Amino acid sequence: MRKDYNLEKRKFVIGGFIVVIVAIYLCHLFNLQILDEKYREIAVSNARSTKITHPSRGQIYDRNGNLVVYNEPAYDLVLVPKDVQEFDTTTMCRILKLDRKDFDLLWKNMSDPKKNKNYSATTPQPLVQNLDSTTYGRLQEILFRFPGFDISQRIIRRYNYLAAANVLGDIREVNAEDIERDTDNYYIPGDYTGDLGVEKSYEKYLRGVKGKEILIRDARGKIKGKYNDGKDDVAPVAGKDLQLSIDIKLQQFGEKIMRGKRGAIVAIEPKTGEVLALVTSPNYDPSLLVGKDRGKNYAKLVSDPSKPLFDRSIMAAYPPGSTFKPTQGLIFMQEGITNINTSYPCYRGYINKGLKIGCHGHGSPIALQPALATSCNGYFCWGLYYMLNNRKYTNIDSAFTVWKNYMVEMGYGYKLGIDLPAESRGFIPNAKFYNEHLGKGNWGANTVISIAIGQGEIMATPLQIANLSATIANRGYYFTPHVVKQIRDVGISKEYTQQHRPNINREYYDNVITGMRMAVTGGTCKGANLPGLDVCGKTGTVQNPHGRDHSVFMGFAPKDDPKIAICVFVENGGFGAQVAVPLGAMVLERYLRGESDEIESRANKWSDKWLEENPSIIEDEQEQLTTNNSQLTTHNQLPSNPIKGLPLNREQQQAILTRPTGTIITRDGHYKG
Amino acid sequence: MATTRDNDDASNRLLASVDWFTVLLYLIMVVAGAVSIYASTTTSNSQLSMFDFDTYSGKQFLWIGFSFVIGFSLLLIDRRLYEAYAYPIYFVMIIILIVTAFVSPNIKGSHSWLKFGAVSLQPAEFAKTATALALAKLFSTYGFQLRGWRTYIAPVGIILLPIMCIILENETGSALVYFSLILVLYREGMNGFVLFALLCAVSYFVLVLKFASTVIMGIPLGTFIVLTCIMVVIVLMLLVYCRSLILGRNVAIGYIACALIAWGLSALGVHINGYAFFFTVIPLSLIYLLIGMFRDDLNKVLMTVIFAVVSIIYMFSVTIAFDHALKPYQQNRIKISLGIEEDLKGKGYNVNQSRIAIGSGGLTGKGFLEGTQTKLNYVPEQHTDFIFCTIGEEQGFIGTSAVLILFLTLILRIIAIGERQHTTFGRVYAYCVASILIFHLTINIGMVIGVVPVIGIPLPFFSYGGSSLWGFTILLFILLRIDAVRSEYGTW
Repeated sequence: MRKDYNLEKRKFVIGGFIVVIVAIYLCHLFNLQILDEKYREIAVSNARSTKITHPSRGQIYDRNGNLVVYNEPAYDLVLVPKDVQEFDTTTMCRILKLDRKDFDLLWKNMSDPKKNKNYSATTPQPLVQNLDSTTYGRLQEILFRFPGFDISQRIIRRYNYLAAANVLGDIREVNAEDIERDTDNYYIPGDYTGDLGVEKSYEKYLRGVKGKEILIRDARGKIKGKYNDGKDDVAPVAGKDLQLSIDIKLQQFGEKIMRGKRGAIVAIEPKTGEVLALVTSPNYDPSLLVGKDRGKNYAKLVSDPSKPLFDRSIMAAYPPGSTFKPTQGLIFMQEGITNINTSYPCYRGYINKGLKIGCHGHGSPIALQPALATSCNGYFCWGLYYMLNNRKYTNIDSAFTVWKNYMVEMGYGYKLGIDLPAESRGFIPNAKFYNEHLGKGNWGANTVISIAIGQGEIMATPLQIANLSATIANRGYYFTPHVVKQIRDVGISKEYTQQHRPNINREYYDNVITGMRMAVTGGTCKGANLPGLDVCGKTGTVQNPHGRDHSVFMGFAPKDDPKIAICVFVENGGFGAQVAVPLGAMVLERYLRGESDEIESRANKWSDKWLEENPSIIEDEQEQLTTNNSQLTTHNQLPSNPIKGLPLNREQQQAILTRPTGTIITRDGHYKG
Repeated sequence: MATTRDNDDASNRLLASVDWFTVLLYLIMVVAGAVSIYASTTTSNSQLSMFDFDTYSGKQFLWIGFSFVIGFSLLLIDRRLYEAYAYPIYFVMIIILIVTAFVSPNIKGSHSWLKFGAVSLQPAEFAKTATALALAKLFSTYGFQLRGWRTYIAPVGIILLPIMCIILENETGSALVYFSLILVLYREGMNGFVLFALLCAVSYFVLVLKFASTVIMGIPLGTFIVLTCIMVVIVLMLLVYCRSLILGRNVAIGYIACALIAWGLSALGVHINGYAFFFTVIPLSLIYLLIGMFRDDLNKVLMTVIFAVVSIIYMFSVTIAFDHALKPYQQNRIKISLGIEEDLKGKGYNVNQSRIAIGSGGLTGKGFLEGTQTKLNYVPEQHTDFIFCTIGEEQGFIGTSAVLILFLTLILRIIAIGERQHTTFGRVYAYCVASILIFHLTINIGMVIGVVPVIGIPLPFFSYGGSSLWGFTILLFILLRIDAVRSEYGTW
């Protein structure tokens, strides 16, 4: 046996080689397993799939507890493109009852980032929406053969009353912008969010809190069960129910009698600021904006020339006309310009330094209460004239500022803050406004005199007018009007329980109320003289150089214990007494006397008769839209109107301009295409 | 009666002289393997026990049972038979390999399985033992020594024959294993320079490709590193191989001086091209050596110069060969394991998922049967070639290092066994076993942790499969039987 000791040393080379290899591998493993944390996370994200469980959305009730909006489940076929493997399209098409071409089209639309803005290969993308229940059942059975596919449950809103669409609003799928703006990181593509109405303004309460389910997913994307036996799952918390302050039946009644007219009715409970009815006309059926056809219907509503999506009750700013006069009477008395007995001359109008503002026949000179009863223009013009020229204010700018501040206190010129999106602020000019547009020193009381009678630059929403009515009914205070009486388990926002008190004495309100009562008993709104209900009211006829005058009524009842304050505004309705007063009277009666067949049939009869006599109001629309682009004014001596297209507030712009056709709104709240 | 007692004595002596430590390592490995197979194949809703024959682990336990029978039987066979029948066994094995290539059904492109009723066997797993026996037999031939190139023909032939047969079966991975036997040739006298050259070739290959995309001094970083390595190797060869302190020192000083000058110039804003630098400095040093060699060991210095030149030529041909000679999928596999390319969904999926599995194990692992990557089938082939993943995920760094240390211990033990043999046959056979295990361990673990291209060979004793387990059992127990002879010398 030969043994070569020189060669035997080579065992160290061979042994050393494997020792070095093992040492390198140990270092590598140490780095891989202990130093590098990322693999642990990757393994977790490999194996776990978090499924969001959606809470049920809060339901909506009216003030009397009638269920108005509720939920119904709807099922969508969704898929995660990354996880989809080759699958049996024939079976899929058969179950979906689609032919191959339609299926391919749906697929193309789903996977085209241009059409499906939320497209991502790793999140569920909807392929077919709103499956019927049989399809849903059959799909459920075979879904295991289609990795990457899933059925997502979603809720559809259902409506018990086809009314109050403007108040209720609707829900829609979130878009990229919503997700970007969402600071709570709540939304993911495919979620729904409130789009209009309380669905939007109370979204945070209605949507609830999402839950999650942690599932175990294998390499082929198949779900193998719950992670940790579901111990780490979080159950969803259902959204809060809302109780509206709206009386849904009164709302329906209001919508019925507004048929065929353009305008709004706002009814408020003065003691609480709760909105009883918020009618806008033309209106739409809220169930149009639900489900599969939502997009199509939405586009139709947007392109409808009568603009049903535009909520005239809070978004339209109109000259308030004579309903403005009580505010003037209050300011003059509070400022000591007039007292209850002060009389001003009015010989068929306000005639001063060559300026004449017409009025109708009544006795002259005239004091506040009869002036309110007969809606005298002269009295209020003289009042404003003397106020603005009163020496105690040193100059007209500061006099005007005092005047403007009263107006703001009474809820004009700024958003009242109703709990609905896109409220308009109306418009109350200030001294700066006139200085800018007419030049400092170039304007005087007579230049702006028509604001005393609610014309000129003054703009107010029907809500602001109704709020004035509520303030007067309350003899000097109001609560911010709101449509939600309470959020279940939460209550109501503090801002709706705070009294707002204009700086005007109670006695002056009493004086004005007497005048408004006189208007009903023997003045311009005799049509509202409902026996036993002690209605107080004020009509308004808004001059409209482009067409028929607008008809307005503002009132409340009963006089000594007011339960309802309203504003009725009918565009192109003619004299206040012609349309707005009878409509207002019906609403007051319907609310105070309750539901009855008698009043329903009377309302129907009146409504039908009116439609027969004025068939063209809605048909006129097209023409109106082109001619009626500016409602400015009766300032005779303003050579040309310096004020064009007041800017909209941002929310309004969003509410209106983001609609697909990009419409523009004019000062009086009409759309221009 | 006397003969019986003699027999009893003989088998008692045999049992006493078997290397029980190796047997213990073997037992730990096969049982740990079967348990890992259970962990990697059982699913959460499976009601079957580890020993149920419907599970992979149950079957593996069955194979283990058979292995014990085989191992014990091998220990009972007279050791002289192995030596006597080495060549016949080898040739029968070669014939079986060739037959297999033609009669075997196509399983994932390879034709390497022979079906006997319900049992399928892979002859390539057993051919390792046959080749080891034949090689041992050759070296133990009286007067055989590796001296002169002619003496290499026989051993290299013995190694290449099964390789060609297995390539014929389309099992490239298994064929590569036989190249590990070059370590045996080295142990038996092959010039160490061959191993060194091989090591350089592999390192240069990896470096050139891995760092091909970054540029330094106007040349790819890989080329830069390899040229620097070649300079270092020249100096080391002068110092260690040629034992010429003066030449080594002078060349080293020259290199360092040039490097400093180049560095100083580039700091001053002079742009120096890498090629210009290296192809000035290295040729100058080689010319110096050619002149200087006459004062020294001429052959060895000349060898150094040739080695340097060949290295440089090799380095440039690597890029060209890689781009033109290899098929795209082979390029991909190499690029992925070198970390040049990431293809986590396609070619790199297995390795990436296996890395995630191991990486997510942490220090102590997720616990037995708690591996998510494993249970949810993220790593394909996990009970066979990728079994190390399951250990990494469920037992963590403690588990993986334990397995590595077990193998290291086994291999070193086998080397020790080899060195204590009184016969060349025993020693060569032992080195064959060690080399095969070294190769399997290096490639399999390297592949699973993503440092070596994916070559489908099992982890010995752990991976699922009767053929593989029996192949390694036979390989190891023949060694144990040969080793147990030590004590028999006294009685002869």
